[in-house]
Amino acid sequence: MEPCEFPDIEQRLSPVLQRHGADASRLLQILRDVQDTLHFIPPEAVTCISSHLGIPRDSVEGVAGFYSFLSLQPAGEYRVLFSDNITDNMLGNRELMQYFCNKLWVEQGRVSEDNLVSVDTTSCTGMCDQGPAALVNGWALTNLDQNRLDLIAELIRSRKPVADWPPMLFEVVDNIRRKDTLLGDAFESGSAIRATLTRGTRETLAEVDKANLRGRGGAGFKTASKWTFCHAAVAEEEGSVICDIGGNPERFIVCNADEGEPGTFKDRVLLTSYADLVFEGMTIGARVVGASKGFLYLRGEYRYLLEPLEAVLKRRREAGLLGDNILGEAGFSFDIEIHLGAGAYICGEESALIESLEGKRGRPRNRPPFPVTHGYKGRPTVVDNVETFAAAAKIGLHGGEWFAAQGTPQSTGTKLLSISGDVSRPGIYEYPFGVTVEQILRDCGGDDAHAVQISGPSGTLVSWQEFGRRIAFEDLPTAGAFMVFHRKREMFAAAHNFTHFFAHESCGFCTPCRVGTELQKKIMDKIAGGHGTPADLEELKHLGGILGSMSHCGLGHSAANPVLDTLKKFPGTFERKLKALAFEPAFDLDGALETARKITGRDDEWAHL
Amino acid sequence: MSKTISIDGQAVAFSDGQTIMDAALAAGIYIPHLCHNPEFKPHGSCKLCTVKVNGRNVASCTMPAVEGQEVLSDTGELNAERLVLTQMLFVEGNHLCPGCEKSGNCQLQAVAYYLGMMSPHFNHFYPQREVDASHPDVLLDRNRCIYCELCVRASRDVDGKSVFGLSGRGIGTTLVVNSTSGRLGDTSIAATDKAMQVCPTGALLVKRRGFAVPIGDRIYDHLSIKDHLSIKEVQTGGDHE
Repeated sequence: MEPCEFPDIEQRLSPVLQRHGADASRLLQILRDVQDTLHFIPPEAVTCISSHLGIPRDSVEGVAGFYSFLSLQPAGEYRVLFSDNITDNMLGNRELMQYFCNKLWVEQGRVSEDNLVSVDTTSCTGMCDQGPAALVNGWALTNLDQNRLDLIAELIRSRKPVADWPPMLFEVVDNIRRKDTLLGDAFESGSAIRATLTRGTRETLAEVDKANLRGRGGAGFKTASKWTFCHAAVAEEEGSVICDIGGNPERFIVCNADEGEPGTFKDRVLLTSYADLVFEGMTIGARVVGASKGFLYLRGEYRYLLEPLEAVLKRRREAGLLGDNILGEAGFSFDIEIHLGAGAYICGEESALIESLEGKRGRPRNRPPFPVTHGYKGRPTVVDNVETFAAAAKIGLHGGEWFAAQGTPQSTGTKLLSISGDVSRPGIYEYPFGVTVEQILRDCGGDDAHAVQISGPSGTLVSWQEFGRRIAFEDLPTAGAFMVFHRKREMFAAAHNFTHFFAHESCGFCTPCRVGTELQKKIMDKIAGGHGTPADLEELKHLGGILGSMSHCGLGHSAANPVLDTLKKFPGTFERKLKALAFEPAFDLDGALETARKITGRDDEWAHL
Repeated sequence: MSKTISIDGQAVAFSDGQTIMDAALAAGIYIPHLCHNPEFKPHGSCKLCTVKVNGRNVASCTMPAVEGQEVLSDTGELNAERLVLTQMLFVEGNHLCPGCEKSGNCQLQAVAYYLGMMSPHFNHFYPQREVDASHPDVLLDRNRCIYCELCVRASRDVDGKSVFGLSGRGIGTTLVVNSTSGRLGDTSIAATDKAMQVCPTGALLVKRRGFAVPIGDRIYDHLSIKDHLSIKEVQTGGDHE
C-alpha cells in the first residue's frame, strides 16, 4: 500500500459531502468542490466519496477522469489554462503562454517543483471577443498581455488567493454591437408567464408552433414538436412509451448552457444580462410540458456566472416567479437548479449532458429512446438551448405571429451571432434570419475577410466566393459562432487547431471517433511538421468518410468537417506544406534524438542526423 | 402474426423489443461485432455492427427492429468500413497476435481474419499501457483492451462486484479497477467470474491456462467467426479449452 497522504480525508470532505447529501447524481458537483479544496482528487477522496454515495470506487474514478478540469494527479495550487481556440492563437496566446512559463520557470503541462503552479492549454473558454483568455483555478481571465501576465505571475509567487486578485483581471464585457427584437426590447420579469397563464397552456404551445421556433443550438429541431412529444410522453421505468396527454409523470426542463463550440459566446452574454428572459422561457416551457423541476447546465468555463445567476433565481423566487403556485396559479410549481460542468465539450450533446447531470461520465446515449421520452433519470425531458428559451419567453409575451413575421419562412425570428477573429468590432450581433455573410462582415468590420468559419469547427467553412450566402436553416445553419479570417491567414492553421480540438474532446466511447480523431490529428501534425505527402491528404479524406458515417454522435460526425471543407475550398493551404513525394514516413529520426540531446545538453552539428 | 425485417434481401422474423442484431443472430445471420454479447445489455461502442437501414447507418446491436426495415449488412462498402474500424483497434493498442495466449480464441483476431485484414494500414500508436499481474489467478493486460466494456457489464450485472470501470476520455481512456491501490490483486475478482469469460481479446486472462489447448486447435483456427456463430451461440471469450 502507498502511504496515505490524506489521513484526515473524512474530516476534510465532510462539509462538501454534507452540502450535497448522499446523492450520487451530485457526484460531479462534489468532485468539483474537492478539486477546489485540495487542487486535485486524491485516491483517498475517491474512496471516501464512493463509500458515502454507495457507488463503486471505479465509477467515481471514471467520472473524475473524464472531465478536463478535474485532476486525479497532484496539480498545482494555481492551475492556469490558456484558452487555445484559433482566435486565441491569432491573438498570440501561444507566445504569451511561453512567456508566462519562462517567467514562472515551469514547463507547459507540468506542475512546478514546489507544487505551486501548472500551465497548460484548454479548449475555447468562450471569450473570443476579448482574448487571449485563460482560466485560473476555473476563473475566467480576459485580454491577456505581457503586463497582465507579469502581474498574475507576481500574485501566484506571493501565494495570494485568487479571490483577492484585482477584479480588472476578471472583467468580462458583453460587447453587444447590434440589437434586434430579442435583445432590443425591454422585458419585464413575469410578463411572459402572466401572458401564458392568461392565454392557457395549450394555446401557448400553439403560439410556439405558429412561431415556427427552431432550436438555436444549431440542429434546428422544431421547439413546439419537442415540447409536444415531452408533454405527451408517459415514461415507464423500463420498456415502452405510451402516449397519453392525460398522464402526469415527472418531467424535466433542461437549459443547455454548455456553450462549448469554439467561437461562440452568445449564451455567456444572455446569461450575464438577460438571465430573466432565459429563466422565464424555461418556466413557460415547464408550464407547457408539465415539468416541476428544471436544470441550467452551466459550462465550467462560466463558473464566474454561478453566483450572479443564483441571485437572479433567488430574486425570481421572492417575486413568486419560481417555486410553488407561481404567480398565484394553484398547482403551478417549478424551480431551477444550476449544475456546473467541468470541461467537456461533449456535454453539449443533449444525452451526454443528461448523463453528466446524473453525475456520470458525459457519454452520449444510444438512441432511441430519445430524451423527450427517456431523459433525466429516465423521465421525459426537454433540453433546449439558452437562446431558444429566451426566444420562447418573447413568444410567450408577444405571440407566434409576431415572432414569425421576422426572418425567413423556414427560419423565423432572429439569431445571435458571436463574432470574433479578424474584425474591428468583435462581439454579439443580433440579426433577423436571412442576413448575408457579406452584410455581417460589413457591419463588424471584416473588410479583408477571406473566409468565415460558421457555427464553429463542427459547422461550415465559407470562402470569400460564397459571402452572398445567408444565415438560415435553409442555407447556413448555425449555433452562432462566426469566426473571421483575413487574407493573410494560413487556413491550414485553423483546420490544424480544430483537429486537435476534436481529438481532445472526443469522449472515447466509439471506435471511429476515439481513434479516428487521433489519427486525423497525427496526420495534420505530420503535415504541419513539413512531412506531409499527397497520400496523407487522401488518408484525411478517407478518415473523414469513416468519421462521418460510423460515429456514435454529432461530435464524430462533424469532426472531419474543418479538414474536408478546407481541403475543398483552400487546397493550396495544404499543398504548400507538402513534400513533393509519394510517401514520407511520420517517424522523424532526428526528432527521436531530441530527448538524448536534452539529457546530454548537446545541440551541436554532430548531435543531429 | 410475426413481424419481419429484411436483411440483405432475406426476410427475418422478429418480435417487439428485439434489436436488428437480435433478429439477425436468431436467424443465424452474422453481423460482425465485438462489444456485443447477447447475454448483456447492448452497448453500441465498437460500431463494427453498423448496418444501413433505409439509407442511414445505425448500430444494429442498439437499433430496435421495426416492421418493414430494409437492412443492408454484408455489403462491400460496409465491410470495408468495418475493416478500417478493426485496423483502428489494432493500432491504438499493442496487439501481439503471434505471442498472445488468446490467439485462435480471440474475437478481435477472428474478426480481422473474417474482414480480410492484411495489414494495420495506419501507423501504430505504441501507447504505454500498464499490465496488472498483481492477482494470483488473473492477468489484466491493458495493451489488448478495446474498451468494449463487456467485463464492466459482466462484473456489475452478473458478478455483482463492479470490479471494472472506464476512466479518462478520448484516446486517453483506460480500464480501471475497483480498489484503492488501483491493482486487480486488491479487488474481489475471481477466475471463475463471468467477467473473466467475456473479454473478446486477450486483455483479461486466467493465469496458467494459456496453452491448455495448443494453438492450431482453437475455436477460430478451424472455423471463421461467422461460421462459428452460426453453429453456436456467442460464447467464445475466455474459452481456453
